[in-house]
Amino acid sequence: MLVINCPYCGERPELEFSYGGQAHIARPLKPAELGDEEWNAYLYLRANPKGHHAERWRHIHGCARFFNAVRDTRTDHFVATYKIGEPVPEGSRT
Amino acid sequence: MKTRDFRTRSGGRINRAQPLRFTFDGKPYVGFMGDTLASALLANGVHLVGRSFKYHRPRGFLGAGADEPNALVGIRRDSARYTPNLLATQVELYEGLEAVSQNRHPSLENDRMAVNDKLLGRFIPAGFYYKTFMWPRGAWDKLYEPRIREAAGLGVAPSMPDTDSYAQRYAHCDVLVIGAGPAGLVAAMEAATSGARVILCDDRAAMGGSLLSAADVTIEGKDSRAWLEERLAILASMPNVTLLPRTVAFGYYPHNWIGLAEKLTDHLPITPTGKPRERLWQVRAKQVVIAAGAIERPLVFPDNDRPGIMLADAARTYLQQYGVAVGRQVVVVAAHDSGYRVAHELKAAGIEVLAIADIRSQSQVADGARRTGFRVLPGATIEGTTGKLRVASITVTAEGRRETFTCDAVLMAGGFTPSVHLFSQSRGKLVWDPDIQAYLPGQSAEAERSAGACRGRFALKDALVDGIDAGRAAAQATGFAPAYDVHYPSATVLHRNGEGGHIGAAPTSLKQVKAKAFVDWQNDVTSNDILLATREGFISIEHVKRYTTTGMATDQGKLSNINALGIVSGATGRAVPEIGLTTFRPPYTPITFGALAGRARGELFDPARVTAIHDWAAEQGAAFENVGNWKRAHYFPRRGEDMHAAVARECRQVRQSVGIFDASTLGKIEVVGPDAAEFMNRFYVNAWTKLGVGKCRYGVLLREDGFVLDDGVVGRIAAERFHITTTTGGAARVLNMMEDYLQTEWPDLKVWLTSTTEQWSVIAVQGPNARAVITPLIDGLDISAEAFPHMSIADARICGVPMRLMRVSFTGELGFEVNVPSGYGAMVWQAIWERGKAFDMAPYGTETMHVLRAEKGFIIIGQETDGTATPDDVGLAWAIGKAKPDFVGKRSLTRPAMVEPDRKQLVGLLTRDPKIILEEGAQLVAPTGPNTSIGHVTSSYHSAVLGKSIALAMVRGGRERMGQTLHVPMPGGSIPVEVVQPVFVDPEGKRVNV
Repeated sequence: MLVINCPYCGERPELEFSYGGQAHIARPLKPAELGDEEWNAYLYLRANPKGHHAERWRHIHGCARFFNAVRDTRTDHFVATYKIGEPVPEGSRT
Repeated sequence: MKTRDFRTRSGGRINRAQPLRFTFDGKPYVGFMGDTLASALLANGVHLVGRSFKYHRPRGFLGAGADEPNALVGIRRDSARYTPNLLATQVELYEGLEAVSQNRHPSLENDRMAVNDKLLGRFIPAGFYYKTFMWPRGAWDKLYEPRIREAAGLGVAPSMPDTDSYAQRYAHCDVLVIGAGPAGLVAAMEAATSGARVILCDDRAAMGGSLLSAADVTIEGKDSRAWLEERLAILASMPNVTLLPRTVAFGYYPHNWIGLAEKLTDHLPITPTGKPRERLWQVRAKQVVIAAGAIERPLVFPDNDRPGIMLADAARTYLQQYGVAVGRQVVVVAAHDSGYRVAHELKAAGIEVLAIADIRSQSQVADGARRTGFRVLPGATIEGTTGKLRVASITVTAEGRRETFTCDAVLMAGGFTPSVHLFSQSRGKLVWDPDIQAYLPGQSAEAERSAGACRGRFALKDALVDGIDAGRAAAQATGFAPAYDVHYPSATVLHRNGEGGHIGAAPTSLKQVKAKAFVDWQNDVTSNDILLATREGFISIEHVKRYTTTGMATDQGKLSNINALGIVSGATGRAVPEIGLTTFRPPYTPITFGALAGRARGELFDPARVTAIHDWAAEQGAAFENVGNWKRAHYFPRRGEDMHAAVARECRQVRQSVGIFDASTLGKIEVVGPDAAEFMNRFYVNAWTKLGVGKCRYGVLLREDGFVLDDGVVGRIAAERFHITTTTGGAARVLNMMEDYLQTEWPDLKVWLTSTTEQWSVIAVQGPNARAVITPLIDGLDISAEAFPHMSIADARICGVPMRLMRVSFTGELGFEVNVPSGYGAMVWQAIWERGKAFDMAPYGTETMHVLRAEKGFIIIGQETDGTATPDDVGLAWAIGKAKPDFVGKRSLTRPAMVEPDRKQLVGLLTRDPKIILEEGAQLVAPTGPNTSIGHVTSSYHSAVLGKSIALAMVRGGRERMGQTLHVPMPGGSIPVEVVQPVFVDPEGKRVNV
């Protein structure tokens, strides 16, 4: 069980969280203007890196907020956690 | 059978004053307190303990601990307590223990399946089931597979429920030390004396590891036994130390999360009532020291698996720890100096060592051994062994001469493999050490370090130094300074462990080995199997492992992986590091389901969610079904009714008069704020801006990929307040999705969400008399047809308590949903029920609810939809707000595949024979193309109201097929159906508007 550092509540066990997929994928503001290829990419294409992955978590059994995290997929160690809307912290190789 | 023929007169750590009686395969024996089942059987001269997995060859003990591959036994306590597949080398002996061997019929001595070895052996090498038993077609299912399955397998599973209880505990510590051998003990001591909180665990009953079998060893000038007792006493007295014997560290998980399984009562003659049998520890350690030791390697030579052929150091352990001689006339086959130490110690105990066949041409210890009087055969090649149920001889060639030794035990000293399982599980990098010929821990991935034999420090002195360094470093890393300067204890041994070791097949003179040379004892994998695999092109170790099954048994390759690597290396001409290594996975040794389940069994397995009406329904004799974690009344059978009869009656009563239904489980969310309507417009497909206060609309929710996710009636309580309902199973999912968009996409919308699923009890009253039933109970609201039309919502009072009333119908009849705060649910239900008696009101359950809505063609999420249905597919295109520029999923609806004309579409089906009820999920075919499925049945019922069967289905281009005949192919024959509009009762919808 991972220990996850919620930016609002501090370090809590993984049981309290749900995973939210890759981070920093903004929903296009005008979907009608996108071609099918672009829209498909938004729907389905994800990074899946071996290394630093910027992703979202939700503290569902705590403050219920979404937040961002950078996790090293090789070791499951978290490099950083930060609030929604904030940029990827320096030093993260995502 | 003479008892105690093979017990030494003195010595060992057993209690000779406490004899214990036990049985093995029904035969009575005597052992001592402190014995394992294995040592007690060996003391009685019993070597034959099993028949091998595939070939059913007679097998004996190979080792003395967790690495044992052969001696799998079943232990019976009472009718409910039978545990198969336990290692006899780990079973602690107690008075009255009953053990049975496995995988033999009728007996160990006379096993019918031994024919697999002698006659069928050449037809069943590794992977035989990929190449043989293929003909004739159909024979596999009926003939071969059942027979092969019967012949395979090891233990017999227990058939009674487990009556034992299992505990679980979480623990935090500064330093977790895994393994209480010399390195682990001193590591724990160093950490503990610095003040750190220490947990020290070991999978054996007594702590000490290799020290438990030490002879003529001193530490700090004392006999090692005395030193060990002292250390343990000190550790036991320290309040910051937790000692956990009989506790295996089975799994290393990320962030230093370690799983430990502690055995509490298996060693006791009587299981104490109320005490847990095992305890699972989940430990979060700041630092971990792995002191897991090393495992001895067997040697791979022809017929190396006869009972009596065992690991050399295991024989030494049986002698020194248990006072047992594994034979009277022993031959040692050595590839490592440690074989000589075994020979010296056995000889000192009066056991005759006929020869030491050293496969190396020279070693430092050979001369010393010769001077002591041993026959040493250098550069030996091993030709084979004889013996039926026990080894009788071994043939060796050395210095040009071929010699056969009559013996009753052969001891193999192949060297030692450091135990890197836990390190590897922690995702640390392993590094191949060509000098030791072993993988050692390299770069750590977690806050962890290894010490002692598990990282190649085999000599006692080196292990002590390593353990002290590791313990100090671990404590310092957690912020505890050492209490005193470092002091490495002195240690002396009479016989050194030494050097050497061999991996791969041992040298033999034979050009081609016909006899079986075993690599993996438990899965019956021979060196020829591995060579066969490489010849067939399986050169990656992952493929060799899976194709031959080497390393895949319950011992997980503890004795076999490294030799398999050696053989592949030799056969493919590549160095071991180039071949790769299979992944070590938890658990290190098998652990019980009980330990993992803990208390989460029976009623505690999953929470049961019940509504405020539940008790009333149970009293009425309702049958219940599970919908997620909810218990929902399925139907209310009267005396003598089965489900079919109850449902038919409930349906008729609802449409003829009135029914009452508990809809409390449906999800409810309040969406509140100045931007509530804007949020709803962006989220659901419908247009919400113009929905008036006091009005309801049927909402449809899509995923961003355009497929229908959820539905539910939405009511507008106020300009800035919407009362959303969702499906029972979708409530949490919808709320989570709403929060996702609000928090991460539209954070500037001023909207707040509140889950009110459990806050409202919902009492559905449906049928022509619904209004008549509830009107007198209601205060402050005119619910006449004119004042409160279909799809209205308002807050008022009922029976003196607050109520939110919705005029909605899932049945197609006049209907109301009475929402009251759930604390009042039972009371209001009871009041409505009393009123309903005069109208022959029927309580109805989910089955009737399903039938009535199907008669109206209302879809159910997850039944008509399956995550691949668009709104248009299920006839809900009308719900989409056409003028809205965007909503979740809108863009996806214009993707090319989403507008194809032959997409599956919702239709109704009527069977030609109205008595036939179609099976849900059954496929549909067109008469012209009977081999191609063009759709499936989604819902199917007998309609009591119509007196015939009805069904809903999703069919390719369904809307164009009205009136067509299709077929439903079933095992009993093809069923013809007519495609019709998906509505069967009151298609104009008049009844709901009364």
